[in-house]
Amino acid sequence: MKPIEKRMSEELSDDLFEVVGREGQASEQIDRPQLSSFKDSWMRLSKNKGALISLVVLAVVFLLAIFGPYMNEYKYYETDYAAAYQPPGEEHWLGTDKFGRDQWTRIWEGTRISLFIAILAALLDLFIGVTYGAVSALIGGKTDNMMQRVIEILVGIPNLIIIILLIMLMKPGILTITIAMVITGWVNMARLMRAQIFKLKEQEFVLAARSLGAGNKRLIVHHLIPNTIGIIVINMMFTIPSAIFTEAFLSFIGLGLQEPTASLGVLINDGFQGMRNHFYLLLYPAIVIVAIMVSFNILADGMRDALDPRMRK
Amino acid sequence: MKKYFLLRVMNIIITLFIIATATFFLMKQLPGSPFDEERLSNLSDDQRIEFLSRYGLDQPLSQQYIIYMKNLVTGDFGESFYFKGQEVADLIKHRIGPSALLGAQAVVLGITIGIVLGIIAAFRHNTIWDFSTMFIAVIGVSVPNFVFAALLQYYVGLKLGLLPVAFWESYSSSIMPTIALSLMVIALIARFTRNEMLEVLQQDYIITARAKGVPQFKVIYKHAIRNALIPVLTILGPIVVSLLTGSLVIENIFGVPGIGSLFVDSIKVNDYTTIMGLTLFYSAFFVLTMLIIDLLYGVIDPRIRINGAKE
Repeated sequence: MKPIEKRMSEELSDDLFEVVGREGQASEQIDRPQLSSFKDSWMRLSKNKGALISLVVLAVVFLLAIFGPYMNEYKYYETDYAAAYQPPGEEHWLGTDKFGRDQWTRIWEGTRISLFIAILAALLDLFIGVTYGAVSALIGGKTDNMMQRVIEILVGIPNLIIIILLIMLMKPGILTITIAMVITGWVNMARLMRAQIFKLKEQEFVLAARSLGAGNKRLIVHHLIPNTIGIIVINMMFTIPSAIFTEAFLSFIGLGLQEPTASLGVLINDGFQGMRNHFYLLLYPAIVIVAIMVSFNILADGMRDALDPRMRK
Repeated sequence: MKKYFLLRVMNIIITLFIIATATFFLMKQLPGSPFDEERLSNLSDDQRIEFLSRYGLDQPLSQQYIIYMKNLVTGDFGESFYFKGQEVADLIKHRIGPSALLGAQAVVLGITIGIVLGIIAAFRHNTIWDFSTMFIAVIGVSVPNFVFAALLQYYVGLKLGLLPVAFWESYSSSIMPTIALSLMVIALIARFTRNEMLEVLQQDYIITARAKGVPQFKVIYKHAIRNALIPVLTILGPIVVSLLTGSLVIENIFGVPGIGSLFVDSIKVNDYTTIMGLTLFYSAFFVLTMLIIDLLYGVIDPRIRINGAKE
C-alpha cells in the first residue's frame, strides 16, 4: 500500500459509513402495471382512429348478421307475390325483391353466410398454411425443396380460374365454395410462415430450447408459433375480405349459392339485374359489402402497424 | 441469371402441363358435358359412332389424352360446344381485341393517376392530400370491382346519361369499363408509390441535392421518382391478376364483346371446350407475364441481377 492510501484507510474507517436508502429489492420493484405484448399492441391500435371506427362498424355488422334476420317476422325464403318490389318503408324496412321476400332479412342472412364462408376459409387457410410452412421450414433440406416446388407451381396458376373450374365440378354450396377457395388460398400463409420460421430458427432462444431437449412439436407450439402470431393474425385479417370478395365474385358470374339461399354476392347480382327500376335492391347489399371490405382492410392495416411496428409506413 | 431463367421456364412448362392435364380430366368428369355417357346414349347408333370418332372418343383414354395434348401444342383448343362450327381458338382471336384495348387503357390510366397521386401524397405527407390519396387507395382495394362498375353504370350511365351504358359501338363505350378496371390499379400504385417515395425522400442523396440548391421539381424528377419507381414493378403481378379477374365481370356488366365476357357466358351455357380453351389461354398469359415482369425487374435494377447471379 502506498503511504497515502494507508493514511486514508486509517482516517476513513468503515464505521463512519452507513447504508442509506438501499433497501434490498426496493430498487428493483416494479411500480407500473406490466404490459403484455397484447396490451402493448392494443395501446398502439387504439390510437389509430380509422382502425377503431372500423372495429365498431364490424361489430355492428356482426351483430346485425347474427340478430338482424330475427328483428322482423319475415323469413329469408318467405315469398309473397302480392308484395313484390315494394320500396323501402314501414312494412319492409329495405323493401322486397321480385318474389316479395323481405330484403332486410335477406341482407343480414346473406351477410351471415358471406362472413361464415370467409371466416371458415381463412381458418382453413391458416391451419393448412401454418402447418405446411412450419414443416417445410423446420425439416429443411430436400423435403423443403420439394415442398417449395409444389408451392411454386400452385402460385403460377391464376387462383380464380382454378376456383371456377372446381366449382363447376362440384355443385356450388357453402362448403364447396369454401373448399375451392382453400385449395389455392393456403399458399400465401405457408410462404409467410416458412420465411418467418427460417428467420426465427437461427435465433438463440430456439437453440436454448433445443439443447434443453425440446422436440419439434414443442418448438413449434410453444416457441415458434407465439413468435409468428402477429404475422398470422395480420394475414388472416387480409384473407377474410378477399374471401368475401371471391364468394361475391363467384355469385356474380353465376357460380354462387342456389336460391333461396342468399349471400351478399347473390343479392348484389339480383340487385344488378333489377337496378334500372329498383335501385335499392343493389344499393343496400352494396353498402354492406363495401362497409365490410373497407373496415377489414383498414383494421388489418392498423393491426399490422400495431403488432409489428417495424413494418409501419 | 441463365440458370434462374431456365428454372423459371421449366416451372412454366410444368405448370401449363398440369393445368392442361387437369382440364382434360375435368372435361371427362364434369356433369352435363356433351361427353356424358347419359347424353351419348340418347343418340342413335350412327350418330354416336360419328360423334365418338370425331372427338376421338372411340380410342382408349390414354390415346385421347395424347391427341388432346398434341392439339393443344398446335394451339387447337377444339370446337365450341355452344357456337356450333366455331373453333375456340378463332373465338378467342375474334374477341381478344376489346379486352386488350380495355386492359391497356386501364393500365396506362391507372399507372399515371396512381403515380401522380402517390407522389403528391408523399410530398404533402400527413396533409389532407396525403389522407385523401390514402382514402382513395383503401376504397380502390376494398370496393369489389363489379360493385363499383354497377354503381358507375347506374349513376354516370343511367342517371346522368353521360356515357353509353352497354353495347360496344364507339370509343366512348370503352370509357366506363376502363375507369372501372383501373380503380384497383390506381389504388395499388398510389399506395406503393407513396410509401416508396417517403422512403427515398429520407435518403442522403435527396438531402444532398436539396442542400446544393436543386429546385424542387428537379429533385422529384431526377432523383426521387427514378429510385422510387423501381419497386413498383413488383406489384405489376397483382395488377395483372386484378385486370384478369376484373375483365370477367366488368366486360359482362358493360356488354363488352371481349374474352372476359366470353368466359362468363360459356360458364353460363356449359360450353366446356371454350371454358377449357380460355382457362389455358389465361394461364399461359398469366405465367408468361409473370416471367417477363421478373426478368424486367432484373434488367432495371442491377442490384437484383447481381444477387441473382450469385445464387
